[in-house]
Amino acid sequence: MDNLFQRSLEDLIKGFRLQLLGDSSFISRALEEIRREIKATDLSTKSTALHKLSYLAAIHGVDMSWAAFHALEVVSSSRFHHKRIGYQAITQSFHDQTSVLLLITNQLRKDLNSVNEYEVSLALECLSRIGTRDLARDLSPEVFTLLGSSKSFVRKKATGVVLRVFDKYPDAVKVCFKRLVENLETSDPQILSAVVGVFCELASKDPTSCLPLAPEFFKILVDSRNNWVLIKLLKIFSKLASVEPRLGRKVAEPICEHMKRTVAKSLVFECVRTVVSSLSDHEAAVKLAVAKIREFLVEDDPNLKYLGLHALSIAAPKHLWAVLENKEAVVKALSDEDPNVKLEALHLLMAMVTEDNVSEISRILMNYALKSDPLFCNEIIISVLSVCSRNAYEIIVDFDWYVSLLGEMARIPHCQRGEEIEHQLIDIGMRVRDARPQLVRVSWALLIDPALLGNMFLHPILSAASWVSGEYVEFAKNPYELVEALVQPRTDLLPPYIRAIYIHSVFKVLVFCLRSYFSAQESSSGSSSTVYESILNLVNVIEIGVWPLSGAYDVEVQERAKNVLGFIGMAKQDIAKKVNLQDNEAEACRVTAFMEDAFSEELGPISANAREKVCVPDGLELEENLGDLEEICGKFLKPVESDSVSCTDKITFSVSNLRIRDQQEASSSTSLPPKESSSLLAEHRKRHGMYYLTSEKNDPDSNGTPNDYPPANDLASEILLDPLDPKRKAKHRKSRPVVVKLDEGGESRITTSQAKTKQESVTDDESLSRDIQSALLVNKKGKEREKCEGNSNLVVQEEETSRIEKPQNSEKKKKKKKNGERTSGKHRSRRRSEVASSSEQVEIPDLLL
Amino acid sequence: MIHFVLLVSRQGKVRLTKWYSPYTQKERSKVIRELSGVILNRGPKLCNFVEWRGYKVVYKRYASLYFCMCIDAEDNELEVLEIIHHYVEILDRYFGSVCELDLIFHFHKAYYILDELLIAGELQESSKKTVARIISAQDQMVEAAKEEAGSISYIIAQTT
Repeated sequence: MDNLFQRSLEDLIKGFRLQLLGDSSFISRALEEIRREIKATDLSTKSTALHKLSYLAAIHGVDMSWAAFHALEVVSSSRFHHKRIGYQAITQSFHDQTSVLLLITNQLRKDLNSVNEYEVSLALECLSRIGTRDLARDLSPEVFTLLGSSKSFVRKKATGVVLRVFDKYPDAVKVCFKRLVENLETSDPQILSAVVGVFCELASKDPTSCLPLAPEFFKILVDSRNNWVLIKLLKIFSKLASVEPRLGRKVAEPICEHMKRTVAKSLVFECVRTVVSSLSDHEAAVKLAVAKIREFLVEDDPNLKYLGLHALSIAAPKHLWAVLENKEAVVKALSDEDPNVKLEALHLLMAMVTEDNVSEISRILMNYALKSDPLFCNEIIISVLSVCSRNAYEIIVDFDWYVSLLGEMARIPHCQRGEEIEHQLIDIGMRVRDARPQLVRVSWALLIDPALLGNMFLHPILSAASWVSGEYVEFAKNPYELVEALVQPRTDLLPPYIRAIYIHSVFKVLVFCLRSYFSAQESSSGSSSTVYESILNLVNVIEIGVWPLSGAYDVEVQERAKNVLGFIGMAKQDIAKKVNLQDNEAEACRVTAFMEDAFSEELGPISANAREKVCVPDGLELEENLGDLEEICGKFLKPVESDSVSCTDKITFSVSNLRIRDQQEASSSTSLPPKESSSLLAEHRKRHGMYYLTSEKNDPDSNGTPNDYPPANDLASEILLDPLDPKRKAKHRKSRPVVVKLDEGGESRITTSQAKTKQESVTDDESLSRDIQSALLVNKKGKEREKCEGNSNLVVQEEETSRIEKPQNSEKKKKKKKNGERTSGKHRSRRRSEVASSSEQVEIPDLLL
Repeated sequence: MIHFVLLVSRQGKVRLTKWYSPYTQKERSKVIRELSGVILNRGPKLCNFVEWRGYKVVYKRYASLYFCMCIDAEDNELEVLEIIHHYVEILDRYFGSVCELDLIFHFHKAYYILDELLIAGELQESSKKTVARIISAQDQMVEAAKEEAGSISYIIAQTT
């Protein structure tokens, strides 16, 4: 009775559209009403309430999981329209955690066995959406029966459901697979497309198990005219062909036929994609495919253009000639409106880069970058950087040009890739000696520009520039201007850690200048007043610039500022003396010489395997507890008072102390951990012994710091240019400077997306494929040949499982080992952890979260 | 496979959603928000495919409605465009010159039609006539059931 006064769905919708109260209050009112109505015993009321609720849930995102039981009640009604409403609600809201899921099994079974085919279809549809393992297990016999039903409509749906059932409950394969294969031979195109669809999904999960069915697929490929079916078949074949190369040869013929004959662009695209990805060894097919791609590229339709570029990028790794043929189309696509098209064009262009055209292509790209929006601009920059730095800059011949390109990039208004450019500047400085003068020139240009200081994306570049200028100051043309740039007041805009780098560079420049001043004094007799003036000026400028920083808030900045000022304080006296500079005992002189020594030690890249190259000398025990080290080395570890520098009371020269202590520590065997941590270490080592390095620590006999550059014979192999090569001489090209490469096949820092390792799905697919194998065995009982094939497949399968597990373990071991090998090279270790984390990010299975 | 189907109006209002992969309610609303933002901002002349979170989303605009389908990276986008068009043609045939209001007020019918068209994320019926036939048969069943429920004898039977 209350049905008459109940608001129907239409009323609800109308009410929603006309209401003035506000969405959420209207929805909550409606929800209250629904809650009341849904508890009624009358099924009509209930079903209308459920109907309204499912509308709210679907369109407005209201949670309806509380109504699960009511949905079940509605479904149990015998009236069709109630059933329909109920099933729709269930399909929408049930998920794996719904508590009443157990109760639905019986209802589904009843409906699956019903005479009315529409009820059957409702139930099948529902099963396909909410199927869990238990449901699949319990209902697979019914599904099996339906697979052989006389009504094609039902059969078709059952086929669709089968995939979900297989997914959740692999044992169902034994039961249902035979019928599925039988359906392959059906004449009804709808069923055929459903079956082929199922096989398509199965093939993507595990191609080897579907291989025995290849002959049937081939027959359909040749006969069928239905585009939907053909597209699915092509997908199957592309998966199968990658596993079984002989298949490719047979299939190439019909595929080419289809490509030539069909009008449907979707089919053409699928053919092209199949040919290019899996059949790339067949020249004729590939040529035809490339011709079709060309047609796509010249179309106006942006869809086709995008797809053409996409197909070309799939083809690019093996068939670069195809890309080169279509070069103009690709470059034109760079200026297209559509960002997708632009990105694809950019990737293709990057694939085309070689030694000869790298400068030309970069020029074009820089022009585009200036004109485009920030997102694309940064994409261009990052792709140029990654391609050029691949394999330790193997593509670059002219480093001067590349360094100036880096400087140019910093000036592009939208540039946000400061860290990468910073890394490359420093990296090139360390590896390529010949490029250092140009590097210093470019850095100087960047440093004196006050506008760049305001842009926070460029701060990393500025820090690299200042470091480079300090480290390689001997190449600088005018240290005075450099220092002015480094202490300009606008540097206040920089964050403290970069200011600290600035101050340290100032220090290095100062040491260099003082040293040259003092050595000039020693060599020439008198001192010219201009030189004296200039050095005094320099010192004054630095003092004025750095003085305010000695009270800075940041400790790093403050400490460095104080170091510089202390040094200046001491040096000033000696400059002021001007006389008796023949006296080599002048403190400042000695100190300066000492400092310059310290700074002249070259920092270079360190190989990841450097530690392993150093062998442990005899008599050196590395595994013993270092507790009694204090007795041996106690006298070395007291604070330094004697030694060369006698001015400890005068200046807080922390740097020199540190230096001396470093040397002494290096001369004693190893750095000493306190007693307890070493015993913990031993314990840890016992438990996780296999993850520890076999040999550790560097050779104490070599001079304090680890090997900067590998020994000569290694370096010789790195030299890429044969100086006697006549062709080179004839071209008068500037010979490529030596790039120090320490790791063979160095990893690229900027990792592009790595292939996802389907390790987690291996075990599931294993059981599925094993079942399919066994089902196929049963199928072809009579034919002995297939039996042997099946057997060998099974055996192969088992071998594969053991093989798959072994590389898994060794991969894990390798990863741990790499983490332990963190070397002392600053940049290496930093970047390596970044690489590790970025690769880990990629390997997370991509759930849509 | 198709992971979900989404119909969004030009103003960002959701008209229909159908999910073929497990998503919680929160995830669903998040996805809808994100995707509407991306698709509604695209210009008219751009291509109909968007890369999103590693998946591809194919969308097509009909009048003021955007029909979006999210597919795996290996699927054929042109095929999915065909599927969208197929769906729209069936809707048109069923409602007779369908407009957005039809979908608003008869959203459950749009669902039923979609259920006939796609199952478990794959296309199951590529013939428009068959789909129309099935839906009308089901409608007749619903009508018959309703009539029976509304008949006087039934009401009497209920109350006694």
